[in-house]
Amino acid sequence: MRRTVFPHKVLPWLLLAPQLAITLIFFYWPAAQAFRQSVLKEDPFGLSSTFVGLANFRKVLSDPNYLNAVQVTVVFSLLVAFSALAIALFLAVQAEKIIRGKGFYRTLMIWPYAVAPAIAGMLWLFMFNPSFGTLAWPLRQLGIDWNPLLDGDDAMALVVAAATWKQISYNFLFFVAGLQAIPKSLLEAAAIDGASRRHAFWTIVFPLLAPTTFFLLVVNTVYALFDTFGIIHAVTGGGPGKSTETLVYKVYNDGFVNLIMGDSAAQSVILMVIVITLTAFQFRFIERRVHYG
Amino acid sequence: MAESVQNPMAPSGLSRTMAHFWMVLGVIIVAFPIYYVFIASTHSVQTILRPPLPLLPGPEAAANYGEAFSGGVGRIGGVSVWLLLGNTTLIALGIAIGKIVISMASAYAIVFFRFPFRMACFWLIFITLMLPVEVRIQPTYKVMVDLGLIDTYAGLILPLIASATATLLFRQFFMTIPDELLEAARVDGAGPWRFFKDILWPLSLTNVAAIFVIQFIYGWTQYLWPLLVTNSNEMNTIVIALKKMISFADADTPWNLVMVTSVLAILPPILVVVLMQRWFVKGLVETEK
Repeated sequence: MRRTVFPHKVLPWLLLAPQLAITLIFFYWPAAQAFRQSVLKEDPFGLSSTFVGLANFRKVLSDPNYLNAVQVTVVFSLLVAFSALAIALFLAVQAEKIIRGKGFYRTLMIWPYAVAPAIAGMLWLFMFNPSFGTLAWPLRQLGIDWNPLLDGDDAMALVVAAATWKQISYNFLFFVAGLQAIPKSLLEAAAIDGASRRHAFWTIVFPLLAPTTFFLLVVNTVYALFDTFGIIHAVTGGGPGKSTETLVYKVYNDGFVNLIMGDSAAQSVILMVIVITLTAFQFRFIERRVHYG
Repeated sequence: MAESVQNPMAPSGLSRTMAHFWMVLGVIIVAFPIYYVFIASTHSVQTILRPPLPLLPGPEAAANYGEAFSGGVGRIGGVSVWLLLGNTTLIALGIAIGKIVISMASAYAIVFFRFPFRMACFWLIFITLMLPVEVRIQPTYKVMVDLGLIDTYAGLILPLIASATATLLFRQFFMTIPDELLEAARVDGAGPWRFFKDILWPLSLTNVAAIFVIQFIYGWTQYLWPLLVTNSNEMNTIVIALKKMISFADADTPWNLVMVTSVLAILPPILVVVLMQRWFVKGLVETEK
């Protein structure tokens, strides 16, 4: 606790005013509206609305299209989070062994972080589009019937690849930092006891990395759920045939393209509950890891 | 670094060579999509449309880039590439600087003053982390319409500059400033502005640089928000314009210009990250999130 402070009473409010105004107008008010609309039903002309309790939620949760979106989201997020973590951890472990040239590799590894998700999706579409994609071409030469514009599984593979690619940079930097924080003496002790490097990795390094991995798992899940909207919107538009329609894409599509308000609000509220749960997880963990002064 | 003679866990020569091999493979996979679009931007449409694409830059670089900058992009998307780059730069800078200014102001108020509801204000800002645009799309859009912010730069920037992350970081950093420093400053008669300008700001520069990089990237790569709050092509960011160019893709799409536009959309944020790497990595890993 700080002993010395400035005595002003009005100045701090002036300093806080811009941020508070923005949060109230653009965050809290709309969030409250989402809650309100989620329990209302508007008449077809949008003139009046009646309270319908949880009817919108019941409707959303029994809608096969919504359940499809839930399934797509789960598959997509698991694939993205797992691949992005596994590849980044593998590369970070390799980078740790290297003495010369570490900085050079790191510089090249962080590029995708700066690429917008929508553009990441387009880059992968350029490479893999069935008509002139250079990497789709060998697939076809091999007789593989590859067409992400028509086949749902191919489309999923493409958006997963683009989303994973973009997230490797971020995970790599965290794993490198995590690995550097592991005391070398532990590994030396293991070696004296005759442990192989592989054995030492799974019994010492990997468990000690658990906090980093867990933190990244939450961040990657949030990323896969929310930040990949651009990839899906730019590459597949949720298709073909809703095979890549995630929850966030659907909430956008229902609210903006199909203009179904009550449903869209109920979907927003469900998403809000998901984010709150994930963020709470994340900060419980951070509280334990970081010691605030 | 302690050399490997005594350390039995240090990688052997072979293992180190393998490590280089995997890193090179990893870097190729990570960098290839970016290299590919760059290569494509230096070839003619005919070459791009006839796979496989050559792996080396082609002869059309000057022609493609020249055409893109002298109105070629405007003929497809209706807006010149200069305006697209200008819009995106303005938004990215507006968001990055806006976030730094209002977050520093909030953190300064919370740490260096005492007033009622001080911590309530902090939590109010902090909880916005749990309310991303995606979960409040529809009502936020309505607020934007009511305030007349559709198709304005203010509409593209203002709602995105609230920042729980940056406020949290500055608060933590300000709390590490020793009491003695503030006492000394006050004995010398410094008010809040003098203390900030002469002492706190110079000490904060590393943190400011770190946040600037992360938020500049955040602003440059925005997608859903500009999609929602702009209708006019004049307000397009380069990312949105690229998406529009591709969705009208048909046999006549000038793919060479699409590739040039992609390179221009990717390059500025990559330069920022690479050139400010030291602060970026520090900011990302130490403060997250």
